[in-house]
Amino acid sequence: MNSLAPATDASTALTVRIAGHEAVCDWRGVLFFPAMGLMVVSDLHLEKGAAFARRGRMLPPYDTAATLKRLEGVLADYDPEMVISLGDSFHDDEGAAEMPTLFREHLVRIIDKRDWHWIAGNHDPAPPPDLPGHCAREIAIDGLTFRHEPARTAGPGEIAGHLHPGARIVRRGRGVRRACFACDGSRLIMPAFGSLTGALNVLDRAFSGLFERERLTAYMLGRQGIYAIAGSMLR
Amino acid sequence: MEHRTHPIDGIAAPTLPAPFSEWFATRGWQPRAHQLELLARTQAGRSALLIAPTGAGKTLAGFLPTLTDLADRPKPRPGEARRGVHTLYISPLKALAVDIQRNLNMPVAEMELPVTMETRTGDTPTHKRQRQKHAPPDILLTTPEQLALLIASPDAERFFSHLKFVVFDELHSLVISKRGHLLSLGLARLRRLRPELQTIGLSATVAEPEALRRWLVPQDRPDAMADIVTVSGGAKPHITILETDERVPWAGHSALYAIPKVYEAIKARRTTLLFVNTRSQAELLFRELWRANEDNLPIALHHGSLDVGQRRKVEKAMETNSLRAIVATSTLDLGIDWGDVDLVVHVGAPKGASRLAQRIGRSNHRMDEPSRAILVPANRFEVMECRAALEANYLGAQDTPPLVEGALDVLAQHVLGSACAAPFDADVLYGEVASAAPYAGLDRVTFDRIVEFVATGGYALKSYERYARIRKTKDGLWRIANPRIAQQYRLNVGTIVESPMLNIRMVRPGRGSASRGGPVLGKVEEYFLETLTQGDTFLFSGRVLRFEGIRENECLVSAGGGEDAKVPYYAGGKFPLSTYLASEVRAMLADPERWKTLPPQVAEWLSIQHDKSILPRREDLLVETFPRGNRFYMVLYPFEGRLAHQTLGMLLTRRLERAGAHPLGFVANDYAIAVWGLNDMSAMLKSSKLSLAALMDEDMLGDDLEAWIADSWLLKRTFRNCALISGLVEKRHPGQEKTGRQVTVSADLIYDVLRAHEPDHILMQATWADAAQGLLDVRRLGEMLSRIRGRIVHKALTRISPLAVPIMLEIGKEAVAGDANEALLGEASRLSGEELMQEALEA
Repeated sequence: MNSLAPATDASTALTVRIAGHEAVCDWRGVLFFPAMGLMVVSDLHLEKGAAFARRGRMLPPYDTAATLKRLEGVLADYDPEMVISLGDSFHDDEGAAEMPTLFREHLVRIIDKRDWHWIAGNHDPAPPPDLPGHCAREIAIDGLTFRHEPARTAGPGEIAGHLHPGARIVRRGRGVRRACFACDGSRLIMPAFGSLTGALNVLDRAFSGLFERERLTAYMLGRQGIYAIAGSMLR
Repeated sequence: MEHRTHPIDGIAAPTLPAPFSEWFATRGWQPRAHQLELLARTQAGRSALLIAPTGAGKTLAGFLPTLTDLADRPKPRPGEARRGVHTLYISPLKALAVDIQRNLNMPVAEMELPVTMETRTGDTPTHKRQRQKHAPPDILLTTPEQLALLIASPDAERFFSHLKFVVFDELHSLVISKRGHLLSLGLARLRRLRPELQTIGLSATVAEPEALRRWLVPQDRPDAMADIVTVSGGAKPHITILETDERVPWAGHSALYAIPKVYEAIKARRTTLLFVNTRSQAELLFRELWRANEDNLPIALHHGSLDVGQRRKVEKAMETNSLRAIVATSTLDLGIDWGDVDLVVHVGAPKGASRLAQRIGRSNHRMDEPSRAILVPANRFEVMECRAALEANYLGAQDTPPLVEGALDVLAQHVLGSACAAPFDADVLYGEVASAAPYAGLDRVTFDRIVEFVATGGYALKSYERYARIRKTKDGLWRIANPRIAQQYRLNVGTIVESPMLNIRMVRPGRGSASRGGPVLGKVEEYFLETLTQGDTFLFSGRVLRFEGIRENECLVSAGGGEDAKVPYYAGGKFPLSTYLASEVRAMLADPERWKTLPPQVAEWLSIQHDKSILPRREDLLVETFPRGNRFYMVLYPFEGRLAHQTLGMLLTRRLERAGAHPLGFVANDYAIAVWGLNDMSAMLKSSKLSLAALMDEDMLGDDLEAWIADSWLLKRTFRNCALISGLVEKRHPGQEKTGRQVTVSADLIYDVLRAHEPDHILMQATWADAAQGLLDVRRLGEMLSRIRGRIVHKALTRISPLAVPIMLEIGKEAVAGDANEALLGEASRLSGEELMQEALEA
């Protein structure tokens, strides 16, 4: 889509507090914990075009390159020591194994010497073979739990992905819909980072029971910045 | 009746089997000369094109070769394998296939011929289709899409193993679209299955019958052509232009001034068919006729967006002659014979002489009596256009559009279909494809790229080899990778992609992409939005709107404030004025002798133009510049049709902007373009700050066109159609039908990705070609720019010229009172043609 929105004075990153930790929500869709030098990214859905091609729809094979390029950009800005990819890193199970060498090498360069962690997702339950990094179902660090699918019974400090949250506000009769971080101070759900991914409204049934509505904030991703919107404003 | 043939050596007299001569005799008929000649030529093994007006017995002529051949066919021996289809009849309309079957049933039944006949269309139930495959009828009446399905099936070879004739009805209308491309490829396939196959084309009169004659035969020799049998004219049609004492309007398309006269004409005849160019005109005319309908005559309405049930009711009523008048759009254009129409009224200019001939052919199917028709011009330019069309029809001049090269997305569909039928050899398939007329010029490299596209998407980045849909195996043949591919193919056959209407939704300015909540103002045709870029303003239901963007299937707009509407929005027809008629209108304009045939008020108007400004010569382009109010205007008269003018207007305003003329907007109709701006263009031209020759240089079709297109939504939307037809995205999956919106979203995403990463992709090329040809009329614009080089005549005026009155009225035409911010437009809309003409006349 052509850029339709003019420049605004929005911030490019906003700080959230979750289970005693301070984190930065970046407008490009990644979460950064400055104290730990940890960056979290979710739902990359790499090789989505290829996944369609395997089913007979020859979509252009360029989505992976686009996602990797954006990923490289945020990594260069934050230069984290540790990175967690929060699941659905590949669009399907065959994605990592069948990934063309060109992309694989790019991805390996991006991972570099960082402490990289692949969390298993529903699209990619098996760990990606032949790629650097550690694989896990979930990771717990200092009161925080990183997993792909939010667990309804989880205690405070859960960071999850999977649901591709989006938010919608209505102002003066008009609606605005964007991908977002959803956070109530106890749990945070990451927006999807992949180039061909859509979003699901946080008020959808799929999110029910996950957040305390009064404390929910949607950090909506704009074209130039990120906007913190109170849960009560969401439609 | 005159009957011309083009004799070739060695054609023997036709053999008419006894039951046929007896049948003709008992009815007191004689086979017509062209029917016998077509029979003789086919009996000599030739393919042939029959060109005949309606009512000439075209259907019987087309089927006589089949029926006589089947009558003489020996009875099947016991134990003989079941015979396949003998004759395939292809028509552009389902309804026509059904209609033809009904017409053929009579002679077949009366002669007790051993012939079975069935239709096969999208409406045919699955069990019947299955049965047809096992027990094919002798004559199968079907559509291009069904043929594509039949040849893509693995048993095509057996099904067509006895095929002898293919009859193409309304060939002239079949060949000009992508459907025609698909059909030509189907024919090429049939010919490979049955090399002795003969084709019979039935057509109305066309400008270049040679193109159709070539279409019917394989293109292995450059001079290969089917024989031709021409039946000219019958009685000359009796056509008049409506005479009225009322004032003919300066602009507009409704022709409401003529309603009383039209109503009188309806009362005087048995059944009248009224043709208009658009649905909205049809609705309006229908409403106004009923207002005048004091006698409560049964007057009906028939157009494409009416509910099917309602249309069938009207058709039924026509068959039984219980209607006095039918208001119709092009849905009734083609050769369906209903009822006893004895008058055709054509409201608005016909836009093409061939279209006029076709429509007038609806009246009076006894071809020895003259057809009666009345033309009703809706405005003054249309008076000239009607006069030109009328003279053309008398002269037999024709202006059907030239055939264009075969589309690549259609080829992709056919390549996959070929693989679904049986493994193919690329060399053989290339030869077969190039034997189809639209693809005769296809080079091997492009063909191979299409095969690659079908196999893996054809991307420069070759990462999909493993997932190929078709694959070259060791024996050198391309095969489908798995049966699911064939299943997907069958659900997506065809080239008809409906152009949706988009909701116009009001949002706040500048935040278009994010805002979704405002009120919906109405619907607008997608093809109009295709030409807009963000920030363009246009008029819609009386308000100035600012285009913000397209989001899925919604057009987002904001209030245009006090701006002038920059881009005109048309509810008018999509048919552009034909090149031939345009040239005739220019000729008429240039020649005072010919004004004598025009109504006095029109002739007078032209002679005042002659006094006050200039009347251009036939090949010249007149450009007038003048001030009016606080604006400066430039009016051009290319007469090249709205599509080409709209494109020219877009490019011209870009160039004027660069030249510092500060253009604010433009409007275009079939005849002229008016651009207005803040700077005095007369002065700029005088001081050579602006050069018309440079402004109208052909190079505007280079960078400017590309830059504009890249910014507009046009390519994205065209791409979606190409993506659907070529099979990149699917219309339907087994068990699941995609919604239009889902298709839109995914095709848009793909377009963005391709444009960013592989702008030269074969599908992007196909998209470009489509857009340039259809939506922008670039070719016509190019021809015009080259025609007028060195022939631009400029006239600087102190006020509006008489010739400019109609186009100046277009500027405010759609504005209605009610919005306080519309002072400017309101002023324009309240102005009448008379007032503008007064201005023109001031000394």
